[in-house]
Amino acid sequence: MDKVIKVQGVTKTYNPDTIPVHALRGVNLEIEPGEFTALVGPSGSGKTTLLNAIGGLDTPTGGSITIRGQDIAKLSDSAMIEFRKQYIGFVFQAYNLIPVLTAKENVEFVMLLQGKSQEERATRVKELLKAVGLEDQIDRRPAQLSGGQQQRVAVARALASKPMFILADEPTANLDSKSTANLLDIMAKLNKEENITFLFSTHDQRVIDRARRIVTLEDGQIISDETIAS
Amino acid sequence: MIFKIAWRNIWRNKRRTAITAASIFFAVLFSVTMGAINRGMFDKMIDDSVNFYTGYAQVTQKGYWEERFLEKSFELSPALEATLKASPGVKDVVPRLESYALAAYKKITKSALVVGIDPEKEAALTGLSERMVAGNYLNKGEAAVLIGEGLSQKLKLGVGDTIVLISQGYRGVNAAGKYLVKGIISFGAPDMSAKMIYMPLKTAQWFYGATELVTTVVLDVRDKYATELAVNNLRTVLDTANTYDVLGWQEMMPEIMEMKSMKESSNTIVVLILYLIISFGIFGVILMMTKERQREFGVLLSIGMKRSQLGIITWVETMFLGLIGAIIGIAVSYALMYYIFLNPIPITGDMAKAYADFGIEAKICVSIDSDIFYSQGIIVILITTLLALYPCLQIWKMKPIEAMRA
Repeated sequence: MDKVIKVQGVTKTYNPDTIPVHALRGVNLEIEPGEFTALVGPSGSGKTTLLNAIGGLDTPTGGSITIRGQDIAKLSDSAMIEFRKQYIGFVFQAYNLIPVLTAKENVEFVMLLQGKSQEERATRVKELLKAVGLEDQIDRRPAQLSGGQQQRVAVARALASKPMFILADEPTANLDSKSTANLLDIMAKLNKEENITFLFSTHDQRVIDRARRIVTLEDGQIISDETIAS
Repeated sequence: MIFKIAWRNIWRNKRRTAITAASIFFAVLFSVTMGAINRGMFDKMIDDSVNFYTGYAQVTQKGYWEERFLEKSFELSPALEATLKASPGVKDVVPRLESYALAAYKKITKSALVVGIDPEKEAALTGLSERMVAGNYLNKGEAAVLIGEGLSQKLKLGVGDTIVLISQGYRGVNAAGKYLVKGIISFGAPDMSAKMIYMPLKTAQWFYGATELVTTVVLDVRDKYATELAVNNLRTVLDTANTYDVLGWQEMMPEIMEMKSMKESSNTIVVLILYLIISFGIFGVILMMTKERQREFGVLLSIGMKRSQLGIITWVETMFLGLIGAIIGIAVSYALMYYIFLNPIPITGDMAKAYADFGIEAKICVSIDSDIFYSQGIIVILITTLLALYPCLQIWKMKPIEAMRA
């Protein structure tokens, strides 16, 4: 099967000229379509750095990252923005919704950037907010939603562009148990029913328990890669 | 969506937006008020002069405006009159014969500008007959005069009194005569009120010994714009190289035009300084808005928003910020200026005297020319566009990951 993400020998060194910090030390990783993979490891192990590099938000010092056969290092800044818009969905630890837009508008926003028609947007927004259980909160702004609800909107937003995969950085870090369970149910359901690939970093054992593949990072290196039999 | 986001963004901090808009509002109000009063006062001076006396255009003998002597009078022949009347934009021609004379009543003598007029035509051109405050208007050929209210007060005379006029007439003849004061005329401009004496043209020609001669022919044109047409046409038709001068209103009052231009320049400097101060205030707000939202900008770039789109949002936001103040400022100042336009504010005391010394009626008059108002909008748009370059520049060099860590 074609790889969605192919990470080869990726290194990332911060402050190379002063006090070098080696965040990634030759990471190799391949993600196939439909995976539900957790990147785990202690703080500072390089999880977020790796996600940022895969998402084209950060540039690796060495190695290559290929997404859907495209070496993303070869993309210009504007092409990378376009690439992210079309193929990658992001879920951030701090939700990062646009505060002045309602839940519906936040989800619709990415599709608007993609130039989707009004009709298509309306249908998809309805579908996604229903999928994350927020169909009755569509006109609320982020400040009027709980953390769990905001993160569910963030997941819906990430899915709005119909991305190839979703990168989620500590998506449950700010959520209580109930919201975490709820969010994980939604993510698992979307993964299973719509075959959406999820790659997320986490410390949270509840999340790890739901993952079907667990990649453990330590000091910028993958120390274990375990596929959980379903 | 861009406009929606931008509009909602500026209301994230309502107080800050209100303060910024208020500063722009007051700047616009001040600038408009200053500009409207300045132009209003000068326009009044010009209009008073044009409507009360000079008209929009005149034909004189060559060099008359430089040296206004009776020797530079000329005959308004039927052929010349026909040529003038045939010029596009010209409704009628109004002849005058004017020169200075000494006006005496009892023991008081004052200098006066004695103008011979065609009573009917003058009334049609300048509305002279409507400015009568006492007595009756002139009839053609009668040996009577109308005098300015200011002059009548100086000479302490009234309707029915006889005024003595003494001057040097055409080609040095003695000019002297006694005339019945038939009416008193009111002028807005104190300067004119204190010096004007009108008499029928034939009477003036007899008084000055200048039979059939006139010093000026005022062209009765529809408005300022028709003036240009008429003046340009007559300059090609008449012998302006040797015999005649054709003058538009700007050329007849170069001092006022120069004074107006100087005043406008000084006002422009004051307005620029004001807007410069306001600009720093707006820039401070933009700086805060940009810094506060680094993380948000990073997220928007991450999820696929183009830098140019994000730049447009910040530009529109800045524009909204400026336009709120500008639009309210323009609306309020227009209402205020319109009110003053309809109800000029009378000036009293020393200030009134100062105005009188300049020959201006002691009233605060304003102009409501549209450019005074919309130019403020243009200035605000230019300033905000310039200031919006800062967030655009920040966005252009922004790295999403660093912005999100901010």
